[in-house]
Amino acid sequence: MTYNLTVSPDFAPDHISGWYFFNTWLQRKLDVGIHLELYDNFDTQRSDIRADKFDLIYANPYDASMLVREMGFQAVVRPASKSDETVIAVNAESPFQTVEDLSSGCRVATTDDPDVHTMGMIMLESADLDKNNTAIKEYSSYVVVAKNLLNGDADAGFFLKDAYDELSELIRSKMRVLVSSQISVVHHSLLVGPRMAEHIPAIQAALLTMQEDEKGKGVLESMDIDNWEPMDSEQTEFMIDLIDTLID
Amino acid sequence: MSEQDTGEVSTVEITYFDGTKRMTDIVDREVPYPDGKLIVSRTDPQGFITHANQAFIDMSGYSEDELIGTNHYILRHPDMPAVAFKGLWDTIEQGTKWHGYVKNLRKDGAYYWVKATVIPNIRNGKLVGYTSVRRKPSRSKIEESEALYKTLMAEE
Ligand SMILES: Cc1cc2nc3c(=O)[nH]c(=O)nc-3n(C[C@H](O)[C@H](O)[C@H](O)COP(=O)(O)O)c2cc1C
Repeated sequence: MTYNLTVSPDFAPDHISGWYFFNTWLQRKLDVGIHLELYDNFDTQRSDIRADKFDLIYANPYDASMLVREMGFQAVVRPASKSDETVIAVNAESPFQTVEDLSSGCRVATTDDPDVHTMGMIMLESADLDKNNTAIKEYSSYVVVAKNLLNGDADAGFFLKDAYDELSELIRSKMRVLVSSQISVVHHSLLVGPRMAEHIPAIQAALLTMQEDEKGKGVLESMDIDNWEPMDSEQTEFMIDLIDTLID
Repeated sequence: MSEQDTGEVSTVEITYFDGTKRMTDIVDREVPYPDGKLIVSRTDPQGFITHANQAFIDMSGYSEDELIGTNHYILRHPDMPAVAFKGLWDTIEQGTKWHGYVKNLRKDGAYYWVKATVIPNIRNGKLVGYTSVRRKPSRSKIEESEALYKTLMAEE
């Protein structure tokens, strides 16, 4: 049988080919067929995940919660020393120096990335801001969020920190970071679904030594991942409990 | 920092729910909540700390060794009314999420305000403990809570 792999659409576009290399590498290692399907937005991907189309998912922490608690997936590895952090940035020329300088009516530019949006809204709470007293607009990418800050159409923008750091120097020089989250225990993970569960030991064994394999090392580089670290069920549950406290 | 802070030091005796008492110095000085961080701890079902993250250690002023195995009431500030914590325990023991504003006592006697969320940790249908995650509260919520807790304390 052929299994299906998908990847959370929040990685930088430069790493798309890396995921194709990864898929080819993994199929050889496991000697099974795997089809990779990529999405450019979270909503379409989530409805396909709910329709039980996938067996292997590189998921953002928010989706990991649904996959583990509702669909019987199991997290097997996470990218080493990579956590999902959120940045709130403003136009460099704006008068805002701290989050608390933002006030009611503030125009917020965001994306459909659920983790980043949730964390961004949490970091606005200290300014007494929430969805009822801000004008939130969702854009298709972080580049578009940045453009809205630069041309003055938004007062504050939410970014995945990794994505912010990958914006061009020119764009970044025209913005200023108000706050950057430092949570460290919320991160992406690779999850395996019930149909593919018999392959978990082989998947974990292959991935945990991937950086020692010459081809594997190159694939990791193209995905911008140093190496994989194991994840057990308690680590996964801990992360999900934490995310639960952040969602109303 | 709260505008009313006096920096005054006083020695008080705190009596906990389980009858334990402790003498401690209280300093009227607020330590500001660190931007962008979450303060995370976990407890067993009785409220004894089993895990604390670095932000928890930094803000409470205790070492990890001092925290693990200690009752979470070590952070209880005498300005917090007992009824607030009764509400917390009643909520989480029913298996539901609790949100609230808490004034916490540091080891050095100073204080810090948090917006806390506590949830039960369920594994295979069984309660194995609780997780608390705190974030930075707004100034207006702190002021509202100060006023509310003063009223509640007066009634206790
Ligand atoms: C997960 C969890 C986290 C808690 N965090 C705090 C805290 O940060 N500060 C605090 O004063 N009490 C906290 N409590 C409540 C304490 O267990 C305790 O009820 C409270 O300090 C009042 O003490 P008392 O019940 O002995 O009067 C927490 C309880 C749980 C289950």
